[in-house]
Amino acid sequence: MSGTSVAPSKGKRPKALSPRPYAFPRFERRRLGNGMQLVVAPVRKLPIATVMALIDAGAVCDDAGYEGIASLTCDLLLEGTLTHDGVQLTERFERLGASVVTAADWDGAAVTLTALREHLAPAIALLGEVLRAPAFPQREVERLKAERMAELLQLRAEPRGLADELFSRFLYEEDSRYSRPEGGSEESVESIHRADIQQFYESRYRPGAVTLVIAGDIDVEDAASLASSAFGDWTGVAPKAVQSTFAPARRERALHIVSKPDAQQSEIRLGCVFLPRSHPDYHAAVVMNAVLGGLFSSRINLNLREKHGYTYGAFSHLDWRRQAGPFVVSTAVQSEVTAPAAREAISEIEQFLRAPISEDELSLATSYLGGVFPIRYETTDAIAGALAALVRYDLPDDFYDTYRDQVRAITAADVLRVAKRHLDARALQMVVVGDLDGIREPLEALGFGGLTVYNTEGEVL
Amino acid sequence: MRILIDTFRLPNGLFVTLSEDHTAPLAAVNLWYHVGSANEREGRTGFAHLFEHMLFQGSEDVGSNEHFELIQRAGGTLNGSTWLERTNYFETIPSNQLEMALWLEANRMGKLLPAMTQQKLDTQRDVVKNERRWSMDNQPYGTWWEKLPALCFPPEHPFHHSLIGSMEDLDAASLDDVRSFFETFYRPDNAVLTIAGDFDPTQARGWVEKHFGPIPRGTGLPPMKDTAMPKVFGAWKREVVPDNVMLPRLFLAFLSPVFGSPEFYPASACAAILGMKKGSRLYRNLVRERQVAAEAHAFTYDLTKGSDLLVVDVTGRPDIPAEQLEQEVAREIDQLVANGVTADELERAITLIQTDFVLALQSASERADRLSMFATYFGDPSLINGLVDRYRAVTVKDVNAFIRERMAEDNRASLLYVPRGNSARKADAARAAEVA
Repeated sequence: MSGTSVAPSKGKRPKALSPRPYAFPRFERRRLGNGMQLVVAPVRKLPIATVMALIDAGAVCDDAGYEGIASLTCDLLLEGTLTHDGVQLTERFERLGASVVTAADWDGAAVTLTALREHLAPAIALLGEVLRAPAFPQREVERLKAERMAELLQLRAEPRGLADELFSRFLYEEDSRYSRPEGGSEESVESIHRADIQQFYESRYRPGAVTLVIAGDIDVEDAASLASSAFGDWTGVAPKAVQSTFAPARRERALHIVSKPDAQQSEIRLGCVFLPRSHPDYHAAVVMNAVLGGLFSSRINLNLREKHGYTYGAFSHLDWRRQAGPFVVSTAVQSEVTAPAAREAISEIEQFLRAPISEDELSLATSYLGGVFPIRYETTDAIAGALAALVRYDLPDDFYDTYRDQVRAITAADVLRVAKRHLDARALQMVVVGDLDGIREPLEALGFGGLTVYNTEGEVL
Repeated sequence: MRILIDTFRLPNGLFVTLSEDHTAPLAAVNLWYHVGSANEREGRTGFAHLFEHMLFQGSEDVGSNEHFELIQRAGGTLNGSTWLERTNYFETIPSNQLEMALWLEANRMGKLLPAMTQQKLDTQRDVVKNERRWSMDNQPYGTWWEKLPALCFPPEHPFHHSLIGSMEDLDAASLDDVRSFFETFYRPDNAVLTIAGDFDPTQARGWVEKHFGPIPRGTGLPPMKDTAMPKVFGAWKREVVPDNVMLPRLFLAFLSPVFGSPEFYPASACAAILGMKKGSRLYRNLVRERQVAAEAHAFTYDLTKGSDLLVVDVTGRPDIPAEQLEQEVAREIDQLVANGVTADELERAITLIQTDFVLALQSASERADRLSMFATYFGDPSLINGLVDRYRAVTVKDVNAFIRERMAEDNRASLLYVPRGNSARKADAARAAEVA
């Protein structure tokens, strides 16, 4: 053996072999006679498939005062149809071994099921019944409303969710749908009645607004034939797109402290309104985020966790939506170090905007993003989710085929340009959920921006 | 559907499982050390987990945090986790980078100690304390992780104490502890390695021999404290926890047959009948019909020694008093004891378990982790291929026998979280006046 140096020697490290080729699964788009879209990716690894019905009926479609209706409508699909009640539906799906989930996010609603190949035909037929003939039983409407109320109540005691919700509320202007909880508030959910849900369903759940994505052990013709028999004779006209505002609430920095007297840590959220998903700077933005706070080895995590031990983890995140979603740094820190931790996070953002990232940082981010790509799409539900994103954000069909080349082409100059143009450090909003007494003065002393103090309901104190 | 498995053992005792699958150009590396919080000595609760953090702080040829960087730069994902009976470390990487991942794992198994410093230990101690605050102390109901095993296992039992550890014990952990824990437990003959995915088996075996082969075997393990447990508690154990939560929540635990034993499968099926997805008994009766609960689940801890735990976890609706929640759940269990389960219920549960299992096996990382689990606990990774058949063989009679023996009142431990009035709200109101 050679010397006994303390510094790690790089010479011993194994070299990589030449990479084996990878291609995102081939898929085919079809359109049924009634306007409903079909996207099928045959993937023959295991005898299963994921089927996802995407409906253009996300939370952005909620009318003002009725926030939460998109989510309730979607969840109620499984609570009864004209021919089966909720118990029977659940029993039928589960006897097929199919796990079914419903979820509405900002930009769409989705019913997703994964089943063994032998059960696919009856599972898709049942999915057709659920989408086309929901009954919205009064009792189940009331129950799901009550469950949402329970969830909202729990949020008041749960610092992470509370910080997320209040960050959105303070980030966007008051009229924006994005400033209100995705699943609705106590008041808005209270005002939703069965007739409103029925009406929301009838106007938005139309074949022209629905895409069926199927990924797994099935060929395109079989998938098309199952889709036709379940949905082919469904009729109705797709509704128009929704207009809303998604502008930031403020042009200057502001500090929002949410007083939670029993808190043992401070939950910090720091960020600004960023970009819509379809923006041409998407790839550069993803690289930017990876270096700044997206990876374990990012600047923010290495600083707050590995250098200072302030936290179990500190990460930044780009919340991609059809309209401009947030860039946000999230961390939970020991109460005593709230202000120093916040200062470090702010300073990492400011520093990032001053100079290009190093070649080392750039290559770490781009080789990571390129390399993990096949790992992300190992499962049929991940592949279906990727195809759903194509539909939801109107991305080109070759998006996944070109992704790795696009990412590898990003330069340090691109990252700096995109950060400077879109990451508005002057308008950063900071939300801290924590024990007011200990954190207020040190936070104010940072001179970050105007302070407002709230209770856990989000009311100004 | 069968998973391809090949196994061998190095002269130093390292047990290796190879499982080829060339559908995507990636490979999972998964290493289980047969040590967990149950092996901690008195006064060092939380050490197995703190030690897991130290394994990412570099080794003789790897700098601090470089393990993360090298794997991410290679285009891979990685992590580690600690449980009562084991600690695991895992990477998924593009297949052309497999040797790098193996080298990194071997380097820290062989040469961790030269890289350990007091400063690294102090920083990770702070990180872990913040992990404790984040996951437990500052999270509604978070303390259940600590309170439930403490309620179910007697104080001298290795499963009794906290996995994340007390702040005092974390403070007491020293570099000497790091050294002796490493030398005792982090040896090749106390570990299993699994590689799953796209690789050439001859080449992979060569790399394993080259990088792990020179690591010396251990000098033997200290005797494990007695893990024996009775089949039943003997009485209903109760703990009520007033907490800063908005909804009452009940954890109801039963001593149950250890993971992997023939009696385990009926118990596991019973947990699925009770609390797996929306067609389960508890969801159907308590959430949907009676509307006293907001959520209902059931699961097993999957412990292999002494006794496993089957746990029912039900969160109440806002208007339901905690005591009523406990009565409602108890009534469901009493019904089960009195009348047993139906063939339909069992069929639903087994079908769902089967689908979930197949879904999980799509991912190389999940496959590797399960292979390592069977290799660590039972010395036989091929048990993975018989798992569905073992569930399929469970009969209504088996499940009902389990229920009669283990779910009566003499084998219940309840941990009941009760909202602590409106204290938080009142404090806010008082503060509001003060701020104004």
